[in-house]
Amino acid sequence: VTTLNLVMAATVGVLYGTGFTLLLSRSLMRVLIGVVVLGHGTNLLLQLAGGPPGRAPILDVAPRETFTDPLPQALALTAIVITFALTTFLLALGYRSFVLVGHDEVQDDVEDRRIARQKAPSAPLEDDGEAEDDPLERAADEVEAEARGDAS
Amino acid sequence: VSALLPLPVLLPMLGAALSIVGSRSAALQRVVGVTVLAAVAVLAGMLLVAADEHGPIVAELGGWPAPVGIALVADRLSALLLLVSTLVTLAVLVYAIDQRIADYGRATASTTFHPMYLMLCAGVSLAYLTGDLFTLFVAFELMLTASYVLITRRTGANRIRAGMTYVTVSLLSSLLFLTAVAMVYAATGTVNLADLAGRVGELPPGLQTVLAMMLLVVFGIKAAIVPLHFWLPDSYPNAPGPVAALFAGLLTKVSFYALLRTQTLVFPREGPWTLMLVLSVATMLVGVLGALAQNDLNRMLSFLLVSHIGFLLYGLAVFDAAGVSGAALYAAHHITVLATLFLVSGLITRRTGTVALDRMGGLLRDAPGLAILFAVPAMTLAGVPPTAGFVAKLALLQAGAGSGAAAQAVAGVVVVASLLTLYALVRVWVRVFWGEPQPPVPDTDPADEVLVGTARSSVPMYAATAGLVAVSLAIAAFAGPLAAMTERAGVDLLDREPYRVAVLGDGS
Repeated sequence: VTTLNLVMAATVGVLYGTGFTLLLSRSLMRVLIGVVVLGHGTNLLLQLAGGPPGRAPILDVAPRETFTDPLPQALALTAIVITFALTTFLLALGYRSFVLVGHDEVQDDVEDRRIARQKAPSAPLEDDGEAEDDPLERAADEVEAEARGDAS
Repeated sequence: VSALLPLPVLLPMLGAALSIVGSRSAALQRVVGVTVLAAVAVLAGMLLVAADEHGPIVAELGGWPAPVGIALVADRLSALLLLVSTLVTLAVLVYAIDQRIADYGRATASTTFHPMYLMLCAGVSLAYLTGDLFTLFVAFELMLTASYVLITRRTGANRIRAGMTYVTVSLLSSLLFLTAVAMVYAATGTVNLADLAGRVGELPPGLQTVLAMMLLVVFGIKAAIVPLHFWLPDSYPNAPGPVAALFAGLLTKVSFYALLRTQTLVFPREGPWTLMLVLSVATMLVGVLGALAQNDLNRMLSFLLVSHIGFLLYGLAVFDAAGVSGAALYAAHHITVLATLFLVSGLITRRTGTVALDRMGGLLRDAPGLAILFAVPAMTLAGVPPTAGFVAKLALLQAGAGSGAAAQAVAGVVVVASLLTLYALVRVWVRVFWGEPQPPVPDTDPADEVLVGTARSSVPMYAATAGLVAVSLAIAAFAGPLAAMTERAGVDLLDREPYRVAVLGDGS
């Protein structure tokens, strides 16, 4: 039975906690950083899964009993490449959102807003202060207009 | 035959590379895409026949033997689902190509669509064929990364939000998957599924439960099991028609396959699985009740998709050969029928210019062909005899009837959910095809991927949809032999020995 290094375990815990907290925010940039931090936590966990560190696993250089388990390192390398690719994709998506919408915040669902407004038709629109400029608001208005047009 | 095993993964990847290199020629991209997928379909058929005759086929990549190297495994279940999935991807590709021809004329090539489509197919093939938990993670990433691009490409502002939800939720589940892989490796020292089947049994029961639950949550998010389904009805309806059909047909079912494979192979249990029965009831009911509340055709179909994931879970929850076999048959039927319905929805939207049910009407007079194309898969999904849906549901109900009081009670929910599905689809039929014809709504976002509100569409779009309807009818027509084969697949899945012996050899 191998015992786990407490410092490393705590580091993984902090990385996961930070990552999940950032993922819950609305700004896509924070979500991106959250994914990166969470990815680091996961890769560190993969490393720890290989047991205590040892010598480089090269035959005829070191005795086999002292080898580090090479498989988790290979897995972590693959995972790092994948996380890297996804980070660049998220960056591109955030930029596209910034160009199209003017900010990179994840919006409420159009259909959800329509239903929320149907419940309280007299209530003031709950918007983020830029309803007139926001294409999503306009889309929600169109959906609502469709619903009204049919009722009348 | 085992030399053919990597080809369903390699061919689409090579095809994707070729489509990037030849991205200036639309004709080249089309020929490459259709040829590659047709070849993969033939290969999948050969694998299915071979796996059914000789048991699981194994290929060791790089010549390293199984527990160390990566093994590809095709057994009856994976080969069957690979065949059905490839037929669906082929039909959806034909539909997408012809939509582009109808919308943009023959000259337009796309740098992203074809390569990403083929990469997604490669990921799906790898997910079905891999015998290794980490490679399964890589396969999911391949598939999901391609899907991120497909759902966000050429979108307008009001669609990018849906893409973000989808990407964020999928990323989270992928990182959880990687965490689960790390924990499985830390506990057992292997990521080979066949090897895990032997080693996980030696772990303390608490640790086994933790690993099983982590994988359940991971695949639960990806397969849209209630209460982890919330992202799906939010994101799929906003994807362009063929892309939504592709996602609805494949992605959730690949995740269900992964769930079925890991739970039966690595975490065997005796008798019905109570937690899964509860999840199955919740998924069936929340999905179908959500569908009844929708006015948006695509959102309604997305909720029905979630609901019918519950039927698959029911087969897994029963956890005997009959139940697992019923789930396999249901998955094959579900892949085709959901993809068909989303394609039909694309055709309807194309004509009416809207997805709002209350703004359509009278299509039966204008487009009787479309009415038939909708009616057949709708009845199949609801499980009206003698369609494939009826056959698959009957298999599930028979499995449930033979296994304990709890499973029998849930069988009642299966029937209720089927009837509510029928009601939801009849509601669509009445709104869309009966009543007064309404003028098409003009396209609100002409810059995006799909043109709507036009009566102009090409014959191959209809032909591709009709082809999928034919696949679904073929499942019903050959229900006897097919059910017999999934029965053998179910016995193998729960026995576990054929898979382990095939991968690790007799000595293990």
